[in-house]
Amino acid sequence: MLKTRLIPVLLLKNGQLVRSEDFSIHQIIGDPVYEVKRFNEWNVDELIYIDITQGEYSLQRRTDHKTKGLEGPLDILDEVSKTCFVPLTWGGRIRSFDDAAERFRRGADKITLNHALFETPDLVDKIAKRYGSQAVVASVDVLRHDDGRYEVFTGGKDTAKGKDPVKWTKELEAMGAGEILLQAIHKDGKGTGYDIDLISSVSAAVKIPVIACSGVGTYEHYAKAVDAGASAVAAANIWHFKELSDRNGKRALQRAGVNVRL
Amino acid sequence: MKTVAIIDYGLGNLRSVYNGFEYVGAKPFIAEKPQDLKSADCTVLPGVGAFGDGMEHLRGNGWVEPIQNIAMKDKKPFLGICLGMQLLASTGEEHGNFEGLGLVEGKVVKFNPEDPSIRIPHIGWNAVTAQEGSKSYDDLEMPQDYYFVHSYVFQPSDPSVISGTCQYGHDFAASIEQGNIWGAQFHPEKSQAAGLTFLRNFLKMGD
Repeated sequence: MLKTRLIPVLLLKNGQLVRSEDFSIHQIIGDPVYEVKRFNEWNVDELIYIDITQGEYSLQRRTDHKTKGLEGPLDILDEVSKTCFVPLTWGGRIRSFDDAAERFRRGADKITLNHALFETPDLVDKIAKRYGSQAVVASVDVLRHDDGRYEVFTGGKDTAKGKDPVKWTKELEAMGAGEILLQAIHKDGKGTGYDIDLISSVSAAVKIPVIACSGVGTYEHYAKAVDAGASAVAAANIWHFKELSDRNGKRALQRAGVNVRL
Repeated sequence: MKTVAIIDYGLGNLRSVYNGFEYVGAKPFIAEKPQDLKSADCTVLPGVGAFGDGMEHLRGNGWVEPIQNIAMKDKKPFLGICLGMQLLASTGEEHGNFEGLGLVEGKVVKFNPEDPSIRIPHIGWNAVTAQEGSKSYDDLEMPQDYYFVHSYVFQPSDPSVISGTCQYGHDFAASIEQGNIWGAQFHPEKSQAAGLTFLRNFLKMGD
């Protein structure tokens, strides 16, 4: 039987691992190269890295670690992919086919698109033709307005797209996306649990797998997204602030009756 | 150290397969033209996408005959991964009817699980059970979970070539062994320890 996937989302900004809140506050929490071995040894089912740097890079490097100096932000991908033997997704700053091709060449198994889904929607098909539709993950950032209305955003909280998440994810499915990474801006960094209504409405609307993200504060939150219809459960911050977050996350899912790979 | 030719026929991502073989102690290289296969101890046909596109790319770049020679005449170790395993078949029914490499008799058909709640493609980790006498899973306590991404399945004419089975809606061939020709519907290079052991077992062939 197919297992429910547990997936860490690792956020990079200017070459550093960051913790995110509200899609706007980003605290540096570590050096991604230093952490490669630890992350690759986690008993998780996939890894997702997203480079959330906006605009020009200002690569920040710590000098107190014995790690190789990085020339550019994609050098991290080279380091990760050498010893990553679970599917590896890389996202952020992918605007063209060549951007995507470079990430695949450096060892990504899938890429995520967000901004490009609006600007150059034919990119989905172009990438899917060459690398397969399973390699294209559409990242969808949703904000719940105070009146309860859901709206799709891009570039953090800056740009409202005037689109309803259910309609938008159906469009993405028709465009040829292989999976949906569903994020809720209003839940980011809050630790109060997933937006279950959002997950269940999107999961019911599309046939492609939905990866639920945003809001996990305790391991018990994971199973709630599975109940709501998510094919995979993801989280970012919890991986950095708790010990044994891989096996404890899996055990909590198992206790809730979810079939996982232990 | 065994050299492993990874066939680059213009589809999919080769880097993960390369990294996997390098990690288990082989010397992989990307084969960009059919002549590159001659020098290799083993050959791997990776790939993602549709059956017809895959064959078109193989044919267009002159790969078909060299692959048939190396696998059937020279009987060198040959491994097809994912679409690469499906292309070993005689025919494929993805978006039409296509002739395959014909290394393993059988056809590739769409997943048709009776359970409508099952999502296609089949994406994720699923348990593989080894068939008796198979070599692919030596040194492993089976069943083990492997990472799958596919919408079509290979149905060999001779079921005895199936080395491992998986269940998703119905039982299907997770892997095949026909002498020196092996296939994996899953991605051994993305299936952590159990996948790396599969690659090691493939490399042991002929030792």
